[in-house]
Amino acid sequence: MNRIENAFKNKPIFMPYFPLGYPDLDTSIDVIEVLAKNGADLIEVGLSFSDPLADGPVIQKATQVALEKGITIKKSLAAVAELRKRGVTIPFILMGYFNPMLAFGLEKFVHDAREAGADGFIIPDLPLEEAGEFQTLVGDLPLIQMLAPTSPNERMESIARHAKGFIYLVSVTGVTGARTTISDGLGDLINRVREHAKQSVPVCVGFGIGTPEQARQVGALADGVIVGSACVKTIGESQDPIEAARKFAKSFRDALRQLDL
Amino acid sequence: MMTTLLPTKFGIYGGQFVPETLMPALIELEHAFVDAQKDPAFRREYEGLLASFVGRPTPLTYAKRLSEKLGGAQIYLKREDLAHTGAHKINNALGQALLVKRMGKKRVVAETGAGQHGVASATAAALLGLDCVVYMGVVDIARQEPNVFRMKLLGAEVHPVTSGTQTLKDAINEAIRDWVTNVSDTHYLLGSALGPHPYPTIVREFQSVIGIEAREQMLRDVGRLPDAVIACVGGGSNAIGVFSGFVDDKHVELIGVEAGGSGIASGKHAARFGDATKARVGVIHGTRTYVLQDEDGQIAETHSISAGLDYAAVGPEHAMLRDNERAFYTSATDEEALSAFQILCHIEGIIPALESSHAVAEVIKRAPKMRKDQVILVNLSGRGDKDLNTVIKELGIRN
Repeated sequence: MNRIENAFKNKPIFMPYFPLGYPDLDTSIDVIEVLAKNGADLIEVGLSFSDPLADGPVIQKATQVALEKGITIKKSLAAVAELRKRGVTIPFILMGYFNPMLAFGLEKFVHDAREAGADGFIIPDLPLEEAGEFQTLVGDLPLIQMLAPTSPNERMESIARHAKGFIYLVSVTGVTGARTTISDGLGDLINRVREHAKQSVPVCVGFGIGTPEQARQVGALADGVIVGSACVKTIGESQDPIEAARKFAKSFRDALRQLDL
Repeated sequence: MMTTLLPTKFGIYGGQFVPETLMPALIELEHAFVDAQKDPAFRREYEGLLASFVGRPTPLTYAKRLSEKLGGAQIYLKREDLAHTGAHKINNALGQALLVKRMGKKRVVAETGAGQHGVASATAAALLGLDCVVYMGVVDIARQEPNVFRMKLLGAEVHPVTSGTQTLKDAINEAIRDWVTNVSDTHYLLGSALGPHPYPTIVREFQSVIGIEAREQMLRDVGRLPDAVIACVGGGSNAIGVFSGFVDDKHVELIGVEAGGSGIASGKHAARFGDATKARVGVIHGTRTYVLQDEDGQIAETHSISAGLDYAAVGPEHAMLRDNERAFYTSATDEEALSAFQILCHIEGIIPALESSHAVAEVIKRAPKMRKDQVILVNLSGRGDKDLNTVIKELGIRN
């Protein structure tokens, strides 16, 4: 059983996102370690890009800070390796835009990511239509497929057929960032995805989930809950990011554990 | 893998590098476009508006005094500056706005650098009863102020963009973020031959009227095709529009002029084809093309005196035309463009846009080396009223 399959043994799982290099590289490594040791089941490790067009203001700002402080793909992969050295065993999915990976060299990127201990990739600007080249390079490391509320049924079916690891369902049309409420149609949307995914892979929901209560609501419907902007904002704005990360992870873990019967 | 109706790539360039949320909208847009192209009623309406509203065909003007001064080739200007709203941008904005009506959407978002596409979008939206929001970097708002007022007068909402470099690239980011949020009722009215498929194809088709007219006018008025066609290239919509009329005439040289800024060596420019140290094939705003970037793949800051050319990537079809050597690309510096601007004002009585002045700068370099029986066609993509503040500042003109 690989690390991703293992992580889904107790559903729903908690999947926070945090960008390497924010508020600085050392702190971000510590934050990810603390998230992992306090209840995160899988972490989306953010790779920064100058033009993150699928991201809202919180992640834009954080990744901008990371870039100003000199984050690169090379340093990010070294940080992943460092986290493995510290004994973190949960899966890491590298989440970033395509251009920095192209500039690094796709083959080298996949190779080095694997060596560092990454378990898969999420590339928001690489839809199925453009994923071929990357898919052939990744081997058994999944390129996580995304689905959106706008995806028609036949697209869902086609994308779900290619899905490995899990499906990342975008809960709302829009960019990343917390919303005040969970959309009414989310249950129907998840059911529609499940129908097309035919139970072959877990369905995780992201975009717009900001509080433990919202996570609990979504967790009652989905196999996993992805929390990005709220995680970055809470930890980034804290005087003590490490303690904030510990509290953040625990509060979401506790909220989801109520469902974990 | 889904099938598309039209090819999504130009050689290895182009494609659809966008979030999944937008893919269905791109597919819908492609279907609407292909459908409209086959519909005589759509063509009639579009061509009718080009004639009665835009004032097409735009004239072909013989630049007699400029030709004499340079002492070489005879120079003809395709006068897109005389199109309604003052630039070629209206050709595409109207075409896309008609597609928006066809798709039943009610709102358009647009990016703008120089403001010409913003004004064209606001105009088309006013004409056809659509809501219009234009994203514009605050750096560009400062240097193209007259166009900001024009957009507002036309009923558009202008959203200042403060993220990133606060220019065209960031305006596109924000327009895409709005679009991805409101995609069910909103169309992204992209203004250049850029972005994900089908945009580069749609924009070229709506701008091809420039090339079609220019070719007919050359044959009718001059009795021959030009030896060279010259146009400025930011994203590249005016250039691809005029080039498309001549691309099959293999003996006609096609020349694109990028923004050389303070000079290639200074690093402060937007010459995607001109700077091998910073330009590599990459992916930005949904398309694979030549992109100015650092070694880590972060998009580079660009510089040009003209907001409309101040962008880190070039349209994917230009990348293909360059690779297969059908077109040749060069650059003009800010200084050369300013000088060309003044020359055209003084000896032809035409105030060109600073973008178009880059094309004129190449004419000034090239024409003297050509014979008097040779002919250059230059696409004068826009008029320069919007640039008066910039030019007055640069030249230190006082009342």
